[in-house]
Parts: sequence; structure tokens; C-alpha cells
Amino acid sequence: MFRNQYDSDVTVWSPQGRLHQVEYAMEAVKLGSAAVGLKNKTHAVVVALKRASSELSAHQKKIIPIDKHLGMAITGLTADARMLSRYMRTECLNYQYAHDSPLPVCRLIANVGNKMQSSTQRYDRRPYGVGLLVAGYDDQGPHIYQTCPSANFFDCKAMAMGARSQSARTYLEKHLGEFPDCDKDELIRHGLRALSDTLPNEVELTVKNVSIGLVGEKTPFSVLDEQETAVYLTSIEHEERRGGGGSSGSKSSTSQATGEDPQDPEVAVAMETD
Amino acid sequence: MSTIGAGYDLSASQFSPDGRVFQVEYAQKAVENSGTVIGLRGKDCIVLAVEKLVTSKLYEAGSNRRIFNVDRHIGMAVSGLISDARQIVETARAECANYRSQYGTNIPLKYLNDRVSMFMHAYTLYSAVRPFGCSVILAAYEADGPQMYMIDPSGVSYGYLGCAVGKAKQSAKTEIEKLNLKDMTSDQLVKEAAKIIYQVHDELKDKEFELELSWVGKNTKGVHERVSDAVYQEAERSAKLAMEDDSDSETEDM
Amino acid sequence: MAHHNFDRFAAGPLWHNGPTPGGIYNFPGRQVEDSGRFQERSKQPITTGTSVIAFKYDNGVEKGVAIAADMLGSYGSLARFRDCRRLCKVNNQIIVGAGGDYADFQYVQSMIEQKTIDDECLDDGFSMKPRAIYTWLTNILYNRRSKMDPFWNNFIVAGMQDGEPYLGSIDKLGTAYEDNIIGTGLGMQLGVPLIREAIERKPLMSKAEAQQLLVHTMEVLFYRDARSFPKYQLGFITPDGVTISDPLYLDNQKWGFALYKK
Repeated sequence: MFRNQYDSDVTVWSPQGRLHQVEYAMEAVKLGSAAVGLKNKTHAVVVALKRASSELSAHQKKIIPIDKHLGMAITGLTADARMLSRYMRTECLNYQYAHDSPLPVCRLIANVGNKMQSSTQRYDRRPYGVGLLVAGYDDQGPHIYQTCPSANFFDCKAMAMGARSQSARTYLEKHLGEFPDCDKDELIRHGLRALSDTLPNEVELTVKNVSIGLVGEKTPFSVLDEQETAVYLTSIEHEERRGGGGSSGSKSSTSQATGEDPQDPEVAVAMETD
Repeated sequence: MSTIGAGYDLSASQFSPDGRVFQVEYAQKAVENSGTVIGLRGKDCIVLAVEKLVTSKLYEAGSNRRIFNVDRHIGMAVSGLISDARQIVETARAECANYRSQYGTNIPLKYLNDRVSMFMHAYTLYSAVRPFGCSVILAAYEADGPQMYMIDPSGVSYGYLGCAVGKAKQSAKTEIEKLNLKDMTSDQLVKEAAKIIYQVHDELKDKEFELELSWVGKNTKGVHERVSDAVYQEAERSAKLAMEDDSDSETEDM
Repeated sequence: MAHHNFDRFAAGPLWHNGPTPGGIYNFPGRQVEDSGRFQERSKQPITTGTSVIAFKYDNGVEKGVAIAADMLGSYGSLARFRDCRRLCKVNNQIIVGAGGDYADFQYVQSMIEQKTIDDECLDDGFSMKPRAIYTWLTNILYNRRSKMDPFWNNFIVAGMQDGEPYLGSIDKLGTAYEDNIIGTGLGMQLGVPLIREAIERKPLMSKAEAQQLLVHTMEVLFYRDARSFPKYQLGFITPDGVTISDPLYLDNQKWGFALYKK
């Protein structure tokens, strides 16, 4: 694997002004199974692909409810996500207790961002190796936020992250104009279609490996159960698979989804300083 | 070792044999990779302008702003790692709140600048932490007129009439030096600031960008705020117009 | 220090001045013991303001909350300060009014002010709503009384909550309630019945009528409450925003036959 002397600690700047440890942590997100988030004018949806570590094990939970008005899909290290979710739940609860109103989504995310940043600046810590796709609803409507191990966060119209998520993003970009005006059911179907684009050919979306989280106007955040999920899956069942199901995925993540041994990550992009 | 630091560049708490702290210089590099940020100090107003690079069209417009209010009367524009910068903003806000609770008045910018500089400098002293990957510009309009400071990742700060930082700081500085800042009004400043950001933006390397504009001055009664939509659109329009004129004259020359 | 000299050549600590290695970990179950000594707390207020009164009005066209407080700061029974503003604008949809210890009020006011500034600085389109301030104040006051060190105040929170008039009150014990008409102190005994009666007579009130009623109530309170003062302020919260009047004065005082003044 490519290695250099500047990549051992988060406290070390490379001569180019990059933080390699942070960039590697960004790679951890790409190893996780994919998640997609999108919104219309009234609802926000996250759709995620669950993995099972063996035939005998249950699928790993991918969507974590935080508060009545917000929940998130996670990609990357689940244990790190659980630390963050505990923090987020506490923040929401404290705000609700003190102000009798839900914590605005953007403020929660800014707090999470600041929490995540502090572990990118100290020798005795490592960055959180998880990306969050937060779906929330507040007085300003539905929101989709993405957070990264670099402690960057983005207010998104729609977003996908995780293994082979580029194909999902391609789908989202192509249909971006349709989302605001489509209804809740169509929104979920868009999410499922984007998610199915990240799958290798031999894998299909099933009620076992798909998780759907929904929040919106007068709709508290909930993860749909298998029956509800089945309805949406059936409604897109007979649609043609687009783009050969993942030939467009990036190389390093393809191997993950097909179950080969993980390879050393190659840093594809310079750090997002923007 | 083959690299320029020759092994003396791995820690902020280490000097190289020729007396440099490479880690701080590398942190400054992170700032130079970021979108351009400028500050112009005119007669009775300061304008901050940012070239915010947008890397995906999936992002909402107007998010991840790089100009912050740290108090009602103080603005901060940041260049470099935005996540680092938000930490500095938080600290600055805490300083302002603390000063107000102690003394019951707005914090003087000179004092805030001192405190924030010290904070950033503290991160250049230890191997256990790394220097901030960002520079910040602080601006306020006080009793004795407009004030502006810029702090760099090393923790060094200076007062400025006009300053630029980020990718295109050199060309931005050149443009700023052409202006007669001391006599300029708030409206002139906004237009010039927008024009400079549009001019120095590199369309080939970075495609999309959003312009951010804020001001603080006599016209805003000393409150730091984003410029109004009308002012923003007018400034953007005239900046684009100026760009077209430029490219026209270039083709004529050829 | 001498006995440490033989350590001179041993390795020093890992690093100086940086964060303590153990300092960042939050070990579960670690508790700091309270000093546990008894301490005497304030048992009475010092400089005080008297009642605040407020009520909601709504006639289908105009709606909002009207609030009033006089401007006297009493030092015991001495009418000592004549320009104590007891209504404060929190943001564009909230007024907080306070009676009781004026210094405590000023302290709480500075906390609220900082909260408002924090909101404004974030510039994210969110600002506190009256119920948020009401709940927050309740928590603050209840917390302080539970430490046996109360803020000696009665607060009234008046505002517009999602387009509807809102009115709530909290006392120094953290007791809190919402109502359509609220008065604190003597205002509760003397002012509220007057207002209640007037609203029963005329349930749909315009802003002008509300103002008239408020002035009348302040007048009665002035005649009957020995800690009151003829200089007062009126506040209105409407869907258009918040106004607090300049100091007003009760003219044409009729002391001839106070008994019949109702």
C-alpha cells in the first residue's frame, strides 16, 4: 500500500496541507454499505442497504432514530455511529427539556460537526470513521444532511454515500428536479431505485436488506417495518435495472460488495477543504 | 529523507535546524488550497467577500457559509478547513459572550483579535495537537471607525485596510491595491469586492462557486450582517458585467 | 525538592503543558463530592418592582398580547428608583415582564439577551418562541429554588407562538402556568378580576380597546397598590412584531373619592 511519513497521526499536516489520517477515515465510510437520502417539500427519506455478516446472523441495523423529528442512516463504523447517536439523542432531549420544542436540525448538525472536529486535531484521538445521512423535519421543512469523518457537513437536496454510492448519486443528480414535487410514496421509490443502482448484478433489494426511514410534516420519524417496505419494493419490482447495476461503481468498493477480501484503500480525492 | 522538511517537519513542537516550524507552514498550505476570501475596509464600512467553491450540485444553495457573525457587531470570514474554522468561531463567540457578561458592553475588536490569536497560536506549540488549517478575517465598525484583522494559522495577526487569503490571494491583493479604499463608500466596496471575487475565480480548475457578501459599518449601524438580496444581486450583476467587458476587450486586443 | 535530585536523569513526563493524558476520558461512576457545608441564602428581595399584568386579545381581525408594568423600583417601602424598565423585548415575537427583585431581573435579562444574540448570530432563520423562553425560564427558576437560592422574581412571558397569542407566568419557586389573563403580585388580586370582567363583557377586543383596558387597570392598581407608581410602560406583541411604549404617565389623578374608583 502507498504510504508516506505524514499519515500516521491526525496531528500531522502533509507538505501539501492535507491530513492523511482524516482522508483515510473518509475511506472507512466508503467501505460501509450504501445509504441514500432525499426529500420533497414535506418529507425526508433515508433508504439504506443492510448487510448480514453471515447466513446465520441478522442484518446490521442501519437506520437510527434520534428524536421524533429526526433520524439517520449510517455508513462506516457502526460503533462510532452509536457514540454519535447517543450524543445526538442527548442534545435533542436536553433541548426539548429546556425549551419544550424540537432542536432545529441545522443546529444539531453543527454541534455534531464541532464534536467530530475535535477528534481530528488531537494526538490522542482518531476521527470518527462514520458518515451520517440525517433526515429531519423542523419549522423550515424537511432536511437531508450529510456528515463526514472530516467533520464537514452538507445541507443536501439529496445524497448517497457508502459502497458504490456514485451510481446512486448519478441517479439522484439525474432526477433531482423531480423530487420536490413528487409525493411521499414516489420519493421512497426514487430512494429505492437510487439504492438499487449501487447493487452488483446478482444482488436484489429485499425486505431483509433494505431499511427505510421516513420523517415529515405531522409524520414522526419512523423506520418502516417489513410489510410496509414490501409494498414499496413490489411497486418498483418490474422496473428495468438501469446501468447494468454497478459497472459504474468505483473499483475499491466493488470488491467489498461482492465479498472479496478488503483491499487497502486508495485515497482518490484530496481533502475537501471547500 | 527526500522531503523538504527532512524529518524535522512532523511535529508542531519541533524546529528545523534552520529555525522553521514546518507543521505551521503546512497548515498554511491548507489555507492556500481553499476558496479566496477578501476583506475591504473603506471610509465607514467593511465588506467581507468569499468565493465559496461548490463541489456537488446535490448540495443546497447557501449552505456551509464561510462568513459568520461572532457577535452582533463582529463578522468573521474564514478560509481553509471549514470544520476547523467553526471551532474558532465557537471560541470567538464564547469570548464575546464572556466579555459581555463581565463588562456589560460589546467586546472591542482589538481585544477579541488578541484572544483569538492566542487561541490559534496555542495550537502551534504542542506535539499533541495540530495547528488550525484556516485563516480568519475579523471585522467590526467601532467608535473610532472600521477595524479589520486577519489571523493566520500561526496565530500571527495584523490590522488591514484590505486583505486577501486563499487560492487566489496574490491576484486578489493586486486588485485590492488598485483601489482607493480609504475614500470608498459601502456601496462601492460591495461592488468592488464582488468584482474581485469573480475576477480571481479560476473557471477551469473550480467550476461552480457561490459568492458570499457581508458588511458592517455606519450604514448597518454597526451590526454585522449579510448584505440584502437587492444589494447582493446588484453587486453580482455588475461583477458579471465587468467580467464580460474584460473578456470583450481581451478579444479586441487579439 | 532536594530528594528529587536523583531523578534528574530519568525520562521526564511524556509532554508538558498539553492536555493531560487521563483528562480526556470520562470514566463512568466518578463523582466529585460536594463540600456539603451549610450556607445562608437570600431570604428577601432588595430593590423590587411590583405587579406586571398582561392579557390576550383577539377580535378576528386584530390579535396579540397586551402587557404593562409601572417603572418604580421600591427599596422596601421607599419609592427609590423611578425609571426601572420592567418590560424587555426578547426578539420580534416576545416580551418578558418582571416583578420582584430588580437585580435578579437584570441578571436574568442578561442571560436572555445573550440567548437572543446567539440566535441572531447563527442567522439560520430560527428564533426563540415564547413557549421556549417560558419553559427555559421555568427550568432556570426551578433549578435555583431547588438550590435554595431563588431568583426572587415573577416573570410574565408574552408573545406570538406560531401566529397565536401566547401568555405564561413563572414565579420564584418555579411554579409556572399559562392563561389568557395573567397578573403578578397585587396585579393578580386587583388587576385580573377587572380584566376578566371586561373581557366577559366584550370578548372580541381590538388593540385599541385592549390598550384602554390596560391603562384603566394600571390606574386602579396605582390607586390601590402602595408600591406602584403613575409612570408605566405598555407593551404589545402582534403578528407584526413587538412594541414597548415610551414611559407613560397617569394624568388626571382623582384622589377625591378613591373608594368609588373601581
